[in-house]
Amino acid sequence: MAQKKKRLLQGNEACVEGALYAGCRFYSGYPITPSTEVAEGMSVRLPKVGGKFIQMEDEIGGIAAAIGGSLAGLKSMTATSGPGFSLKQECIGYACIAEVPLVIVDVMRGGPATGYPTGPSQSDIMAAKWGTHGDHPVIAVTPSSVPEILTETVRAFNLAEKYRTPVMVLYDEIVGHMREPLTIPEPGELEVVDREKATCKPEEYFPYDDRHLVAPLAPFGSGYRFHVTGLNHKQDGFPTNDPKVIDRNNRRIIEKVETDKERIWKNEETALDDAEVAIFTIGSTARSARFAVNELRKSGLKVGLLRPLTIWPFPDAAVAELSKRVNAIVVPELNLGQMVHEVERCARGNCEVEALTRVDGEPITPAQIMHAVRKYL
Amino acid sequence: MATLKDLSRQQELFSGGHRLCAGCGIPPIVRLVLRAANGPVVATTATGCLEVGTTIYPYTAWRVPWIHSAFENAAATISGAESAYKALRKRGALPGGDREIKFVAFGGDGGTYDIGLQALSGALERGHNFLYICYDNGAYMNTGIQRSSATPFYSSTTTSPAGQVIPGKKQWRKDLTRIVVAHDIPYAAQTSPHNWSDLSKKAEKALKIQGPTFMNVMSPCPLGWYTKSEDSIKLAKLSVDTCYWPLYEVENGVLKINYKPREKKPLVEWLKPQGRFKHLFKPENAGLLEEFQDRVDAEWQRLLDLEGKRL
Repeated sequence: MAQKKKRLLQGNEACVEGALYAGCRFYSGYPITPSTEVAEGMSVRLPKVGGKFIQMEDEIGGIAAAIGGSLAGLKSMTATSGPGFSLKQECIGYACIAEVPLVIVDVMRGGPATGYPTGPSQSDIMAAKWGTHGDHPVIAVTPSSVPEILTETVRAFNLAEKYRTPVMVLYDEIVGHMREPLTIPEPGELEVVDREKATCKPEEYFPYDDRHLVAPLAPFGSGYRFHVTGLNHKQDGFPTNDPKVIDRNNRRIIEKVETDKERIWKNEETALDDAEVAIFTIGSTARSARFAVNELRKSGLKVGLLRPLTIWPFPDAAVAELSKRVNAIVVPELNLGQMVHEVERCARGNCEVEALTRVDGEPITPAQIMHAVRKYL
Repeated sequence: MATLKDLSRQQELFSGGHRLCAGCGIPPIVRLVLRAANGPVVATTATGCLEVGTTIYPYTAWRVPWIHSAFENAAATISGAESAYKALRKRGALPGGDREIKFVAFGGDGGTYDIGLQALSGALERGHNFLYICYDNGAYMNTGIQRSSATPFYSSTTTSPAGQVIPGKKQWRKDLTRIVVAHDIPYAAQTSPHNWSDLSKKAEKALKIQGPTFMNVMSPCPLGWYTKSEDSIKLAKLSVDTCYWPLYEVENGVLKINYKPREKKPLVEWLKPQGRFKHLFKPENAGLLEEFQDRVDAEWQRLLDLEGKRL
């Protein structure tokens, strides 16, 4: 077998590679720093594989067209950052209730508002969960390296297709703009999931079939006539005021993710077996944390790292279990404390939980983390 | 109208030392517009080159009260400021006493033709007393040259890259001035910074008129056009002399062409020096150049046909 060629890629370029690998053939978006390279890459690559790139007139158009693209049967994606993520929120909720598979990449920059377009941040963690109004399911993945952006983008598509729901890929500007060597996986090397197609007779098809947690989705124009709306709807898709149906559907769209979260969770553990203090973090901050763990271990200090690659649904079980065997969990994050509240909730007072925050547009350094951790050793 | 001498005596409201690129078309546009106000001005700027290039802490190039809110809402923000001013003035509660204040909104083509069109249309329809200036450099230059709906035909940008599949942007540019005119506002115009007198006069006129006014201004961009910094003003002039960017105004619905080149230059004279059109000069793309020229001719003819008429 010929040796596979390593390439030096930027994080946003790896996102393009991941999307194409996953079978994404539709991209609609709008330029915004620091995510623009994803759009630029897709504009060059998609036409060559028979896909479609559209630059839309604004951020709302960017996600709305991707919803249309997905319903028409193509795996679809949009990418954005801070202010664009805010503008897309209504459509994210729409994709949740209409159950449209979709990948939304958010390269996190400083906020609120225009904030710090060229600086890193992890301040959209809660916006990803609660940015759109109403109760809704959320799946968000959090890669922390260039190769991982590729594999997590593939996983995001798989989850979107499997659960018929929008999935977010969240990474900070540092990971998005850094360059690392990467080998593009061969076809078949990574799992690629396609949405379940309708096989019943067209007259028996219900897009929100009561008998399923996740009903098969027929593409527009395939002979299955159906109705899609952002209103509460019955199994045929048409709006309803029936309290029982409304209740059932509002619960079902959350249940389809909640009941399967053990399969959606993905954590990386570093030196946690005998750890007295644990660090919980994501993205570029996890890279500083890994360095800090190695340094402290050299001095014989028992420190470990829990790094979630799925931040939503939140890794409740892993954090709860960890909280029972460490003195403290330190949560470094590039915001003023978002993940830390979730960690506190899951720790239920079993151990100390401390946030280490930074919002000056600079990364959290290993030294900062070591300093924060030492207090508990 | 102010003479060059008058203008030179007025206080400079937009200072030097900002970080816009050498050869950028925006600074001369802003300077001339603010000078034309000849009195107190409140300015707002949509997200874009003008915003980021002139306001990096702890510096600002603006010697007037200035607001940046977001990408899509310069016209909405100025609507709020202007409405509050009117209300305060009516009540005699204006800080600083009763005086005429001018409101000017600036946006690039992305912030005006695309994401800001809804806010602009709303402000024009409600009839606020303000001037909107669109500096049209034909792409999203601030984020690295992505196509906009103002991007010229067949222009190569990072999201309409010329290659084997497409010869650059396949769509004709949106005619924003025409869309604005359809709002039936008292004054709308197209102008270019190479003609300081035309730009200045139009700004002065627009700022004297009560009600919403609009100016679409050609703004060369060496970075996105792949041109030499020192050629910007020359290229602005060529865009007008080739009739790609006609100078005209629509006052109370009547169209007037302000400049008709004695000899209409071939479009290629404007296209050739620009790297974004480089691919059009390959032998196999001769047909595209012809198509582009034909469309420019047709648009110019349409304008000539409308001259003096009530739109």
